[in-house]
Order: sequence, then structure tokens, then C-alpha cells
Amino acid sequence: MDRQSVMEQGLVETMAAPQLSPAARRRQLREKAIAGFVTLMAFTGIAALVLIIVFIAKEALGLFLDAHAREEASLSKMFLPQVTRAGRPASFVWQPVSSVPKVSMIPLFIGTLKTTLVSMLVAVPVGVAAALYAAEFAPRRLREIIKPVIELLAGIPSVVLGFFALMVLASFLRGDSAFDSRHTAGVAGLSMALAFLQFLSRLGPQRLRERLRPLSGLLAGLLAVALGTLVLMLLASGVPHVFSFTHRLNAVVAGLALALAIVPVIFTVSEDALTAVPWSYREASLALGATPWETAWKVVLPAAAPGILAACVLGFGRAIGETMIVLMASGNAAIVSANLGESVRTLSATIAAEMGEVVVGSPHYSLLFFIGVELFVFTFTLNLIASVWTKKVLKRLTGGAA
Amino acid sequence: MKQLLASFLVVFLLALPGAAQAGSVTLKGSDTMVILGQRWAEEFMKKNADTKLQVTGGGSGTGISALINGTTDICMSSRPMKEAEREKLRSRSKTPGTEIAVAKDGVTFYLHEKNPLSSLTLEQLKGIYLGDLTNWKEVGGPDAPIIVYSRENSSGTYVFVKDNLLGGEDYSSRAQTLPGTAAVVNAISKEKNGIGYGGAAYAKGIKELKIKAGSEEIAPSTDNIKSGKYPLSRDLYFYLRTPPTGEAKAFIDFVLSPDGQQIVTKVGYFPVK
Repeated sequence: MDRQSVMEQGLVETMAAPQLSPAARRRQLREKAIAGFVTLMAFTGIAALVLIIVFIAKEALGLFLDAHAREEASLSKMFLPQVTRAGRPASFVWQPVSSVPKVSMIPLFIGTLKTTLVSMLVAVPVGVAAALYAAEFAPRRLREIIKPVIELLAGIPSVVLGFFALMVLASFLRGDSAFDSRHTAGVAGLSMALAFLQFLSRLGPQRLRERLRPLSGLLAGLLAVALGTLVLMLLASGVPHVFSFTHRLNAVVAGLALALAIVPVIFTVSEDALTAVPWSYREASLALGATPWETAWKVVLPAAAPGILAACVLGFGRAIGETMIVLMASGNAAIVSANLGESVRTLSATIAAEMGEVVVGSPHYSLLFFIGVELFVFTFTLNLIASVWTKKVLKRLTGGAA
Repeated sequence: MKQLLASFLVVFLLALPGAAQAGSVTLKGSDTMVILGQRWAEEFMKKNADTKLQVTGGGSGTGISALINGTTDICMSSRPMKEAEREKLRSRSKTPGTEIAVAKDGVTFYLHEKNPLSSLTLEQLKGIYLGDLTNWKEVGGPDAPIIVYSRENSSGTYVFVKDNLLGGEDYSSRAQTLPGTAAVVNAISKEKNGIGYGGAAYAKGIKELKIKAGSEEIAPSTDNIKSGKYPLSRDLYFYLRTPPTGEAKAFIDFVLSPDGQQIVTKVGYFPVK
């Protein structure tokens, strides 16, 4: 063997198994360990999800396997009208604790639908408009105030929101609120004073303008808050005259409280989607002669549509599953009617209210788990539809390039 | 819920130090009485450290079966034993069993303070809660809808009213269900057409409804409940297989003593003595 081949051989060997210093090897090992740990954590999360699904489905399955439960809570009893009192027309009744349990899901579906509908009708326009304002129109300094303030709303525990709805909002919408026309007049006066100051800071005498300039951002913010309060107060004093709610606690009260919980969700995600739209879109639109509003409405908003849809789906998921707020603010009567002024009982509140004393393994117990499965199926289906739709919109927006 | 958690906690704590010990007495039965039983047990064990009392719920029926099967020493029941159950007990343990009334429970109905009515008959109350009567003018009041408040179906009071007022029939589905006496009282104070029920409560904005029987109006006062005159009251019982002896006797003597009966008032029920 000549020298060259020996050298080559040595070279090949070092290439195949590079000799690492102990420090480097330790570092490599540590990297691997960390990567392994992170992977493990990720899969633990997924495993937990799978276990939850399996557990809930298993408990709900009792409804279909146990003969006693199958008779007491058959699918037809859950979804078709039943004669519950002799001589009365067949109806949908939820009375699971009874000598003859009535287990119709329809009143609960209607309750969930009503509160979710009200909350989405309020939260989507408010959340998206707020996001549009923050992303497109707000001065930079104002945006830095608005964003954390709205996001702070997400930090309010839902039990506090429920308590607020129960004690304040319900009275408010009934017209027996703590404030009267004098308070409204006060806020109106304050708004006018702020508007006047704002006017002076723009068009007033030169010296005053210079004095007020550093305050103009703050003034604009205060004016907006005062005007918003005024709108809320006018609404609150007007609503009881326009709608007369049968129950003090009803779908509207619960829906509005839910809206407070989901506005920050919709706002945050929408705002991210809007700011992610490339600046070149706006520049192109403005260069073509579009006004800022036309740019925001016709260019930026459609471009951010998938993100905004995702925001709405997230908000919907929160609204349908939120328990504490509806438990406290909806009155929890399982009534079948389209009237939003009547008390409602939602799926999630039913689970929370009845789980406490139910006999483990009884048909009623399985039924509550079955409700859990239904809630899960709802949000899952909606997520699925939304993601399919998002892909379609993305395709259209990008001309099929993505 | 709070009651449930508290009972879980106490049961858990009681179960920790070796359950089956010499000098231990078990109490089982009515969920209505679990908290009461626990308070009694806590106070009793403070004075008699060597006796271990174990209190668990499960319902009156569960407690009575446990007594028949011999798995509990004292059964707590919020209803008298049925004849069939007495029969079973007699055939199993050759004893007739001993019944001791230890406390009284009463349900009070509330109205808004501005409601002109002050009393209703049991029939009218039943009609309201079944959903047959929906306007106050049907029971002699103003022309306004009756807003019915009830309790969650996990509540013992819910079952008591269902059994004793409604004769086992279902509540109207228009009845709003609220968690606890405090929530009901708060709701009624804000709802001038409201009616609700719960334990004894004193609050601004509400008044207690009297029950009309013949020409008499019976208020849910402590005296009327103690004497059994108020119709929506019931006895709460302890059942034993044989007349109590030893530690069980000491405990029951404590329960019926002024100290024990004071605990009854504190928990929200009414004393028997």
C-alpha cells in the first residue's frame, strides 16, 4: 500500500466519522435532548386532546349501549316532539330530573343559537371595525393605546363579565338603570366640550393651536370614548322602549355579555390579519386615486378576509362554548321560542348546572356528556367549513398561484 | 356546587386517617343533610377526639339501603322511611329500627315587596309552578305576567318542592333556574312580577309569601315550621337499626342538645327542640 492510498483511506475515514471534541459532542447531545423534550411536549398536548375526546365519547356512549338509557333517552326523545302531559300537544321539553325524564335537546339548541347569534351580531361588526380603525386609520400613538386596552378586555374573567351582566346590564336593558337623563345630558355636554377643544386645536387662533397640539391625540381619544359612552347610554335608554323583554335575564343580556368576551378575540386576530396585508397593496390603491376609506374597504379588507374569517370562527367557538357568562346571565329556562327577550338555557350552561349532583353512570350523566360531544362536533364542523372556505378565498385572491 | 365541594372535601379529610377504626361511627344518606351532619360531626369530634365520625351523602334512599345492608351505623334521611323499607329492615336485621327527628326544613316562597299579594293557597302555588297559571290576575293580583324562578335540578330544595308541592309533576319549562337562595332573592328583588323559593332569607326588596289555608294565612316563621303548622316543612331524620348505644348515643345526645340544635339554625334549617 503506498502512502497516497493510506492518506486517502485516512481521509475517507475522517469524513465518515468526524472526530468531535468532547465539548462539541456534549453540545450536540444537549441539542438533541432539548429537541426531544420539545417534541414530547407537543405530542403530550395532542395526546391530551385525543384522551379528552376518547373520554367524553366513552361516557356519552353509555347512552346508546345501556338498555335503560336507550329507552329513557332515545334519539327520537331527544330530537322529536313528545307528549309530556296528557291532553297537551306534543312539545320539546328539557326536564331530565323527573319521574319520566324529558330529554329534548331542541330547547337547548335554540338557547345556544339565540345567545350565539346575538353575540356574533354585535361582536363581529364591533371587533372588525375596531381592527380596521386600529390598523388603517388610527394615529400610531392612539393605536398603541387602543390595542392593549381592547386586549385587556380579554383578560376580564368570564365570571366577572357574567356578574356584570346579571347585576348591571340586565337592569340597564330593563330601563331601571342607575342613571337618568341628567347623566346622559352630562356625557353629551362633555362630548360637546371635547369636540369644541378639538375644533380649536385644528382651526382656532394660532397660539391656542400650538398650546393644544401636544394634547391633540389625547383629546381625540377622550372625545371618541365620550361619544361611544353617549351612544351606549342612548341605546340603553332607548332599548327598553323599543323592545319589552319578558324576562329580566334573557338571550339579549347573555348575548351582549358574550360579545364583550369575544370582541377582543375577533379584534386581535383581525388586526393581525389587516396589518399583515403588504404595504404595496395600499400604496398601489392610493396611487390609483382611491381614498383611504376605499383602500381600506375594497383592498385591505378583502385581502385580509381569510384572517378575519378565522377571527370570527374563533369568536364563534368561544361564544358557543362559553359557560359562566350564560349560566349567570341567561336565566336558564329551557323555553322553545324565537323571542330574544325570553330566558334561554344553553348547552354549555346545562352541563355546568346539572353535572354537580348527577348520579355517575346514569342516563342523565351520559346525556350531559352527549351534550359535550355535540358542542365539540359543532365547533369542529365550523372550523372545517371555515378552513375549506379560507382556502377557496385564498385561491381566488392569489389567482390560483398559492 | 359549593356545598358539594365542601362535602367532598370533608368526606375526603375524614376518610384519610384509617377509615375502619375502633370507635368510629358512620353516617350516610340525604344530600340535604350532609353539611348539617358534617358540622355536627366536627363539633362533636372537637370534644370527643377519640371518636371518629364519617359523614357521606348519596341521597336518602341510598342511606336507607345502607342501613338495611348494615354498611352504615346511622342513616340520615330527609323523608320518613317507607313501609316497604321498614319491612326489609325488619326481615334483615330482626329489628324495627329507631327513628329520631333531628331537625326541620322549610321552604319559603318570595315575592317582590311591591307585589300587592301576601298569601296564596297551595293549589295556586302549584298552578303557578306547573305553568297553568301565568298571570297574576288569575290569583287575585294585578294584570301582569308571573315570572317564575326555580332552582337548578341538582338542588335538594328543587326536589323538595317538586315532591311536596307539585306532587312529583314537572316544573313549568318557563321557570328560570338560578343557583342558590341568594340568587333567587336577588332576582326577585329586581323583578316586580317575580316569584321564587328557597330557604329562610332576609333581604331588602322581597317579602315572604304566606300560605293560605282556609281563612288562615300561615307565615313561614320558625314557630310555624317547628310546630309543623306551615305546610311546606318536613322533618329531617336519623335512622338506626337498634336504639342508640355507646358512641352513637353520645353523638345523638349532642345533636339534640342546645349546642347541637344551634348548629341546625346556623346551617339554615330549623331546630326540633
